[in-house]
Amino acid sequence: MSTLLRIENLHKSFGALRVTDDVTLDVAEGELHAVIGPNGAGKTTLIHQISGLVAPDSGRILLDGADIALLPPHKRATMGVARTFQITSILPGFSALENVALAVQAREGSSFRFFGDPTREERLNAQALENLAIVNLAGRADIPAGELSHGEKRQLELAIALATRPRILLLDEPLAGTGREESERVVATLQALKGRYAILLIEHDMDAVFALADRVSVLVYGAVVASGAPDAVRADPEVRRAYLGEEV
Amino acid sequence: MYATLILVQTLNGLQLGIILFLIAAGLTLVFGVMDFINLAHGVQYMLGAYFAYEFTTLTGSFTLGLLMALPAALLAGLVLEAFIFRHLYDRDHLEQVLATFGVILFLNQGVKVVWGASPLFVPVPDWLQGSIEILPGFFYPIYRLAIIAAGLGVAALLYFLVNHTRAGMLVRAGASNATMVAALGVDIRFLFMIVFGFGAMLAGFAGAMVAPILSVEPGMGDNLLILAFVVIVIGGIGSIRGAFIAALLIGLVDTLGRGFSTDLLRLVMDPSAASQTGRAIAPMLTYILMALVLVFRPSGLFPVKK
Amino acid sequence: MRGSVAVRALPYLLFVFFAITPALAQFGAEGYILSLVMRVMIFAIAAMSLDLILGYGAMVSFGHAAFLGIGAYGVGILMSHAVTNVLAQLVAAVAASALFALVTGALCLRTKGVYFIMITLAFGQMAFFFFVSLGVYGGDDGLTLRATPTLFGTPVFENTRVLYYVIFAAMLGVYLLLRAIVASRFGRVLRGARENPVRMQAIGFDPYRFQLAAYVIAGAICGVGGFLLAHQTEFVSPAFMTWQRSGELIVMVVLGGMGSLHGAILGAAAFIILEEVLARITEDWKLIFGPFLVLVALFARGGLVGFLRRLGGRR
Ligand SMILES: Nc1ncnc2c1ncn2[C@@H]1O[C@H](COP(=O)(O)OP(=O)(O)O)[C@@H](O)[C@H]1O
Ligand SMILES: [Mg+2]
Repeated sequence: MSTLLRIENLHKSFGALRVTDDVTLDVAEGELHAVIGPNGAGKTTLIHQISGLVAPDSGRILLDGADIALLPPHKRATMGVARTFQITSILPGFSALENVALAVQAREGSSFRFFGDPTREERLNAQALENLAIVNLAGRADIPAGELSHGEKRQLELAIALATRPRILLLDEPLAGTGREESERVVATLQALKGRYAILLIEHDMDAVFALADRVSVLVYGAVVASGAPDAVRADPEVRRAYLGEEV
Repeated sequence: MYATLILVQTLNGLQLGIILFLIAAGLTLVFGVMDFINLAHGVQYMLGAYFAYEFTTLTGSFTLGLLMALPAALLAGLVLEAFIFRHLYDRDHLEQVLATFGVILFLNQGVKVVWGASPLFVPVPDWLQGSIEILPGFFYPIYRLAIIAAGLGVAALLYFLVNHTRAGMLVRAGASNATMVAALGVDIRFLFMIVFGFGAMLAGFAGAMVAPILSVEPGMGDNLLILAFVVIVIGGIGSIRGAFIAALLIGLVDTLGRGFSTDLLRLVMDPSAASQTGRAIAPMLTYILMALVLVFRPSGLFPVKK
Repeated sequence: MRGSVAVRALPYLLFVFFAITPALAQFGAEGYILSLVMRVMIFAIAAMSLDLILGYGAMVSFGHAAFLGIGAYGVGILMSHAVTNVLAQLVAAVAASALFALVTGALCLRTKGVYFIMITLAFGQMAFFFFVSLGVYGGDDGLTLRATPTLFGTPVFENTRVLYYVIFAAMLGVYLLLRAIVASRFGRVLRGARENPVRMQAIGFDPYRFQLAAYVIAGAICGVGGFLLAHQTEFVSPAFMTWQRSGELIVMVVLGGMGSLHGAILGAAAFIILEEVLARITEDWKLIFGPFLVLVALFARGGLVGFLRRLGGRR
């Protein structure tokens, strides 16, 4: 499989705090690469840098060979980088359907239209509905997004990301704060998406990670301390001491 | 001769800057700590001037009048805080604008009803009358020097309060992260009240200080309010140090600009064009300065980290 | 239930009111009433244009009156050069205010929040002092329009009622135009960027471009308001564009209820008519008007429209 996203020697500090310490990692087409690590390890900041919300101090971020490290977030999005946020980020005042339809509209690149009611545009709505169906939200299409349950909001965010037709999905703890049943549903959804997109998954839920991932990297104090197949990482003594140790 | 003129204007600019700082200090704290846009801060300056007039007339002494104006201004601020502003802290900025705009209308008219529409004058106290020779052959009014000295004194006091007292520490913390301060178990309402009252008193002090050199009249705070906003935005909202530097900068730029832009333009233009352009540019200078600062530093010169 | 129907009918009621005012005014002080209501409608246009950026785009412009002034000066300057054709004046007014919006908006939108408020104020003040310094066009004192406006050689706006209905049509047109824009693809992006700019960027929108476009549209529409104001008052002056005037426009929008367009109309009407009525009752009308604004801010969340909605919509 060819490499789609490659991060090379990425560095980022907030003042004296090193949040990303010479990180090099890649995600191949169709691969699900999970990044685990204790709270404050710098996982979210890593995703922020890939999506363009935080500027790295140095290093390269290559998407299909092209360096995107200096592009603004919206450019990266149109190039196929889609993400969800650890703290759900949706448009609460818009219906679930409109949240997704906006993403479809963004991809179509024709938003300087000043007339016509987009909520009646069949093509936008149909595609939006398809993506809602993938995350089992088709029945909630007309509910204002702000009134959805926490788990539903997380699902909606995933549908928004999918609607941009991404090449790579950056998922920041999609299971955080969801109940057992909901989290099983999310895992099933991810299972279904796996192989069709390159996915960089950040997650705390070890069962989910080891069930889903093709590859696992462990981030501690901003640095990658181990990386490899799930079983190998699980067996790595240093990882057990530095990170998994807390869990056992 | 020309050098003297420059010196006079520089001192005048400093004096305007000091007054601006007294007004802006409270404004930037109220804004930085409680995220409250108080358009009525200018009328608090005006009230200070009217109180000084009233108490000076009553007691026959400006010093006494000034001393009595301070608690009066504080009280006025606290009353407004308790009845109106307190209920708007967690509201939209625009609702704050609406309410404080209403307060401006009311108070500007209120002083007109109480004291009349015509300008009032407060005599310069005897012991500060006249001018002194600060350089050979160069005289400057003592009272204006006193304003500068008093303002610098207050600035020093403020610096001490904010940097070396517990209340000041909370205020600084509040400016960068109000929820954190609340989480520390501090009574945030009380803190807000203190900050607000103190800000109102500083503005009132500024108004009282200028009463003897400017006419005391309704609406006298309106334009100063806008300049004070310019100051806190250039300085960076919530930053006392930024407000101090920006206030002096604006005071100097405004005063020197009005005094000398025509002369400067004459170096590159013919006299009549220079005088016309000069008259146009001088009042714009402060705004051009602010626009330039914001284009290059979108959060002011000394942004307080959020 | 009946109440909520009335609330939804509010925009229509407003327009019916404006449409029949001339018919009613003839039983009273016609000239006075018509000129007051024309003023209301012109400021309604300005306030609606502000509502587009403020209510739907979360861009609080504190320099919006500049566009009113620039539009008015477009008329005044052309008139003083004997260009009396109103279409030419309209084009000039709209082009000048749109251009000013484009240049200043491109810079202003680099800042956020209160910094945006203040930088728009700065440009508004620069425009104000610029016209104050324009000695040839009256400077401080402004310009009285002596020439008769024409359209293809025939005098227009001579008849107050004609001017009234021109202004009415302009207000209705602006309302319908803005409603369409707000609901369009473009408007949806603008509203999305108001709610959550980070999310919008993450799906591929650059909020800046949309906000700038909205800013230019708002400026151009407000320029139309300035064009009408010049013809209604037959006078232009820097006083049209003071910061106090910009502040009043914000107050109108917030008073009426932002983000609803007809709220801006209601706000302009309430502001101007209340001011007029109170001023007839007492010289010290601000003692009443000021507290009224305070009460609206304290107790009527969402302005007058929000207040009415809660009165009527309480299921
Ligand atoms: N904007 C910021 N400024 C300063 N420190 C930050 C900022 N963002 C994150 N941090 C710090 O960087 C560290 C890593 O944060 P984060 O990337 O959110 O970790 P994780 O997602 O792995 O829990 C934390 O200590 C956090 O406090
Ligand atoms: Mg995180």
